[in-house]
Amino acid sequence: MSDPKQIPEPPSPPSRRAFLRTSLALGGAVGTGAFAGKAAAVESKNLPPNVPEWSQGLGDGVVSRPYGRPSKFEADVIRRDVEWLTASRQSSVSFTPLHQLEGIITPNGLGFERHHGGIAEIDPAEHRLMIHGLVEKPLMLTLEDVRRFPRVNRIAFLECAANSGMEWKGAQLNGCQFTHGMVHCVMYTGVPLKLLLEEAGLKTNAKWLLPEGADAAAMTRSVPIEKALDDAMVAYAMNGEALYPEHGYPLRLVLPGWQGNMWVKWLRRIKVGDEPWHTREETSKYTALLPDGRARRFTWAMDAKSVITNPSPQAPMHHKGFTVLSGLAWSGRGKISQVDVSLDGGRNWRAARLDGPVLDKALTRFYYEFDWTGDPLLLQSRAVDETGYVQPTKAALRRHRGLNSIYHNNGIQTWHVLPSGEIENVEVA
Amino acid sequence: MSRSPNGIGAAVTAVLLAFASPAAAERLNIGRAASPEEIKGWDIDVRPDGQGLPVGKGTAALGETIFQERCASCHGEFGEGAGRWPELAGGAGTLKSDSPVKTVGSYWPYVSTVFDFVHRAMPFGAAQTLTPDETYSLTAYLLYLNDILKDQDFEVNEKNLATIRLPNEKNFFMDDRETAEKEFWTAKPCMTDCLPKEATITGRARILDVTPDKASEKAKESPPVQ
Repeated sequence: MSDPKQIPEPPSPPSRRAFLRTSLALGGAVGTGAFAGKAAAVESKNLPPNVPEWSQGLGDGVVSRPYGRPSKFEADVIRRDVEWLTASRQSSVSFTPLHQLEGIITPNGLGFERHHGGIAEIDPAEHRLMIHGLVEKPLMLTLEDVRRFPRVNRIAFLECAANSGMEWKGAQLNGCQFTHGMVHCVMYTGVPLKLLLEEAGLKTNAKWLLPEGADAAAMTRSVPIEKALDDAMVAYAMNGEALYPEHGYPLRLVLPGWQGNMWVKWLRRIKVGDEPWHTREETSKYTALLPDGRARRFTWAMDAKSVITNPSPQAPMHHKGFTVLSGLAWSGRGKISQVDVSLDGGRNWRAARLDGPVLDKALTRFYYEFDWTGDPLLLQSRAVDETGYVQPTKAALRRHRGLNSIYHNNGIQTWHVLPSGEIENVEVA
Repeated sequence: MSRSPNGIGAAVTAVLLAFASPAAAERLNIGRAASPEEIKGWDIDVRPDGQGLPVGKGTAALGETIFQERCASCHGEFGEGAGRWPELAGGAGTLKSDSPVKTVGSYWPYVSTVFDFVHRAMPFGAAQTLTPDETYSLTAYLLYLNDILKDQDFEVNEKNLATIRLPNEKNFFMDDRETAEKEFWTAKPCMTDCLPKEATITGRARILDVTPDKASEKAKESPPVQ
C-alpha cells in the first residue's frame, strides 16, 4: 500500500554514456516518438526508386482487427512502471508515455494507472451505485439508470498528487514518463453529480460526501459538497467509449482540477454526511508533512505545472538546426494563460506558442521552435494560469515545504541537452 | 476559483452553471429506493467521532494472535514493516527529521481511521473479511504497539474507541497554500536576466540512475546527431 517513496538505496549505476557509445557504434534504431520507425537501411528494397512490398500485395481485410490497435512499429509506446517503487503491483502505479504522445488527449490504453487493490473486473449488470446518508430518498441505481440521466461531456486532466513525488530530494529518474507521467487527459461522458444528489434530495445539513470504490481497497475520500454541486461528474465513458477497467469501469468520479486519488474508480456508493471522514487516504497519505512537523491536509487543487515532453531523456535530439520543442501545461485552478520556455536553465525566458484547445483544467499543448547549434542546453518550461499562479522553481517549493511532503511537486523541470543529443534530468541553480 | 478551501461554494457556483440541466431540482424518478438492509450491508465507513462503528469489542492480547496470522507477513511481527510494506508502529519524534517514519502512533491523527481502513481494505487481498470483534482487537493491538494503550487486556469497543486520542492529531491543518504560498501568484514572471549568473548543474538523475533499464533502451539506441 505504499506510496511512491524516496529511494533508500539505488542500484549501482551502469555507465549509460559508455553504453550509448557502444550502441551508436553498432548503428541503432531511431524510434523515440510517435510515428518513429526503424531507421531503414540504405539498401532497402522498399525505398525509392524501388516499389515497396506494401504497394504490391494486398493487405489484411476489414475486421481483421475488430478493435483496432496501433501499428506494430509503435510497440514501445506503452505504460511503464518502476518496480522498486512499491511493494506490489496491485497497489502501485504505471506511467503515461508523455514523450511519445501528441495533442492533449491521452489514448484510453495509455493513461497512467494507480490502483490500491488491483483492477476490479466488474460485471456491469451486477454493479450498483447507492446514494444514502443525509438525503430524503436513499437511492439504488443500476448502470442503465445512471445512463438515463441528462449527460455532459468534459475534457479534464487527471493528475496523481504524487506525480513527480520521487523528485523532491533531487533529480532521480531519467525520463519524462517517470518524472511527470502520472497525468492524463481524456473526454469524460457522464452525469453531473449534482443531478444524482438532487434525485436523492440533499438534506440541509449535507456538507460532505464519501464516494467509495467497489475494488478490494474500497477507496474512500471526503469531498466537500461545494465541489460536488459544482463541476463533479459520475462518468461512464472516456474518449467516446466505456471506461476501461483500469480507469474504473463501469463508473468513476470526476473532480476536475483536483488530485487524482479523489476520483474514486469503480464507484459503488456515495454517502452524504455533515463532517469529513478523515479516511486513511486523507490522513496517513496525501497529506503534506512540512519541516516543522505539521502536516497540511485536504490539498485538493493541483497547482499549475508544465513539462517539456520532447526533447526529454527518453526522446533525445537527432538534428542540429531547426528544432520543435513540445510540452504540456495544466492547472487545477483554471485555464493556462501563458507558458514560457528557457534554454539556459531559467535565466532568460521566451513565450511558447499554445496550440489546440486551451481548456479549463485540461492539458494544454505548447510548442517552441528554435535553431539548435549543437551546444549544451538547459531546457525548462514554466506555466502561468488564469489566477496568476506562476509555476515555481523546485528551490522555491522546497523553501516552503522542505523535502518530505511527497505530494504536489509542481516545480520547474530541467532537461540538460548534451552535444551528443543525449538528454538528462538535472537540477540547476 | 476561490483561493479559500472554506469559501469554495461562493466562488464556484458560477463556473459550472453549464451543468444546470433542464431538470435541475426536479426529481426525474430514475432508480429505486435503497432498502435499509441493502444500506446496512455496504455502510461500513467510520468517522473520528465514532459514527459508523459497529457493536463489538476486542483487546490487544487477542489482536496480537490475529496480527501474527494475518498481518505480520507484510507489516512485521511488531508492525515494523517488511520490505517496502508500510510500517505501522514506532517513528515517534521523527517527523521533523530528514527521514520521517509515519506510523499510526507517530503520524495518524485519528484511531477511527485505523478501524475503518483495516476493516475495508485489510488484510491485503482479503478485504472485508475481518469481523467487528477482530477489527477492534487489531486496532487495540496497533495502539498497544504504539504505546497508546499500555494494558494489553484493555477492552476497546464501539463506545470508547473514539475517546482514545492520537498524539499527532493537533499537527494537521487545513490547506492554506493560497495564503502560505501567496508569492507564487505573481502573474507576471521574470523574463530576462532572472538569475544573477549562468545556471549551473547542481544535481543529476544519473548519479543514482534508478531509471528502469528497458525504458531508456530506445534512447540508448538513438543515432548520433546529424
